[in-house]
Amino acid sequence: MTSLFLLQLLNGVQFGVLLFLIAAGLTLVFGIMDFVNLAHGVLYMVGAYLMATFAMITGSFAAGLALALAATLVFGLVLELLVFRKLYDRSHLDQVLATFGLVMIVNEGVRIIWGTSPLTVPMPPLLAGSIPLVGPLQYPVYRLAIIAAGLVTALGLWLVINHTRVGMLLRAGATNRSIVSALGVNVSRLFTLVFAFGAMLAGFAGAIISPILSVDTGMGESVLILAFVVIVIGGIGSIRGAFLGALLVGVVDTLGRSFGPILLRTIMDPSAASQTGRTLAPMVVYILMAAILFARPAGLFGRNTS
Amino acid sequence: MSANTATAPAKALPPRVALRTWVAIALFAGFALVPVLAGLIDDPFLLVTATRIVVFAIAAMALDLILGYGAMVSFGHAAYLGIGAYAVAILSAYGITDLGLHLLAAVMVSAVFAAITGGISLRTRGVYFIMITLAFGQMAYFFFVSLSAFGGDDGMTLGRRSTVFGQPLLEDNLVLFYVALGFLVALYAFSAALVRSRFGRVLTGTRENRIRMQAIGFAPFPYQLTAFVISGCMTSVAGVLLANQSEFVSPAFMNWHRSGELIVMVVLGGIGNLTGAIGGAMIALLLEDWLSLLTRHWRLFFGLFLVLVVLYAPGGVTGLIRRIRGGPP
Repeated sequence: MTSLFLLQLLNGVQFGVLLFLIAAGLTLVFGIMDFVNLAHGVLYMVGAYLMATFAMITGSFAAGLALALAATLVFGLVLELLVFRKLYDRSHLDQVLATFGLVMIVNEGVRIIWGTSPLTVPMPPLLAGSIPLVGPLQYPVYRLAIIAAGLVTALGLWLVINHTRVGMLLRAGATNRSIVSALGVNVSRLFTLVFAFGAMLAGFAGAIISPILSVDTGMGESVLILAFVVIVIGGIGSIRGAFLGALLVGVVDTLGRSFGPILLRTIMDPSAASQTGRTLAPMVVYILMAAILFARPAGLFGRNTS
Repeated sequence: MSANTATAPAKALPPRVALRTWVAIALFAGFALVPVLAGLIDDPFLLVTATRIVVFAIAAMALDLILGYGAMVSFGHAAYLGIGAYAVAILSAYGITDLGLHLLAAVMVSAVFAAITGGISLRTRGVYFIMITLAFGQMAYFFFVSLSAFGGDDGMTLGRRSTVFGQPLLEDNLVLFYVALGFLVALYAFSAALVRSRFGRVLTGTRENRIRMQAIGFAPFPYQLTAFVISGCMTSVAGVLLANQSEFVSPAFMNWHRSGELIVMVVLGGIGNLTGAIGGAMIALLLEDWLSLLTRHWRLFFGLFLVLVVLYAPGGVTGLIRRIRGGPP
């Protein structure tokens, strides 16, 4: 039981780290540009597809990853220049609509280019296999690598945002955009930079998860909604909030799915417990979100919106 | 200054109200003649399409009530479509087939769901509100996906449609169409009266200037929550009709894409005037049908259309009409 718990806890952390990579870009774009981007999940999906293609062409995981990162960065830049740039001054409703249209376009575009059957990405041999944790417990190296990659990214983001000039401008822009602009900072270039970087982070998440998940067209949507939940819990614009929110959502979701039915079995008969557990487990995250919002409408680390 | 802003809309309002009401009446009359047209050109599929349009017009109009008049961009409204549809499916599975009871159950469950989720969502505004309603919509979606007793992810086929006073009247597509149209007209009249009432004015006032409304002594929250609940209940009526039309229910009815499509309908027609939502539902569904005839990849072009409308035709059809007539966009 304890080893199962530890295993699921690690799975939860791994999922949380993945969510953080997606939510980080999203929360920056929200916080600094006050921009609703439904197309962010699509970037995650495109990252995974590009990874599948480049890994196949080059035959190497590392080269595939590097190319996929560069390509999602370019993809993000193109989207920003063509569409998003025109939407910053619009109402949230317009932003929702245009990015919703973009989701439809990219989803269908992916279907045209890569077809509808799911793709797989081979596991890099260096990270294949499992290592012993405690006692008889084994854990896949690759999942540990994902956790490590996510933590390193989080650390890097924290350093950039808190200890560099660009990070200072980002924080200033999130607090008061027009003053930063008035002080002579090219805000529009800053936006482009943040957007493209966020796109690359989402693409990175898609690329590194592709060896353990099948790559298909629906993959962006479930994580998009969970990334929203993460941001709402953490507070819009807060990287720290996104990190803690992502870990919380990842762990709660994973543990809820595996231990919900087990816990319910102590109060009802097994078949009813597994049925009820399966029905309730996907809702646990949303109930958590509702509870946190009830106490703190602006999220854990958000500034008060009202 | 304040006297000006108070009287200016009052002066501008009457002719606009008249036009949009006339357009709505013309639309209803047009709908009523569809079965005749379908008979003339011998195309039974036309009636099916028209029924779908009428049903989605109800849902879009319900959404417009809060989105247009209350500036509450709910991205989870498909949940109520689903609740309505599953009210038909689940009650029918237990042998309760009466349309009235289906409607009653759908409206009651929706009212409870809307009151709880709306109560939490309305503590926030703007981007938060959009994301939270989206999340609650997905919560409802996943609930029905994992409800394996009623088909789970695959949904379930209905044995037969709802009955009216024990009679299987709705089995006839023509009757179903006129019943749906009747609901549309009645709910339009109800919504139009609602937005013109004191309640509607408080709602619109809160949309325009929340702080001023508070300053003159209105707490916006109960008004907004009531509107949210009414809108959810109206949408669930559309859900009941949708399940009867397709004789099938599935969680796909409440997928977030469906919520997005509802917003698309409202915005295509033009927000905040009820008639626009009806026109928007018509445009969106006809465009969808037409594009899917032309190409398998119709979503690509529909998405492109959306992006172009937002970038180059803000305000939708109503905005276009207003610009042609020389008013403000």
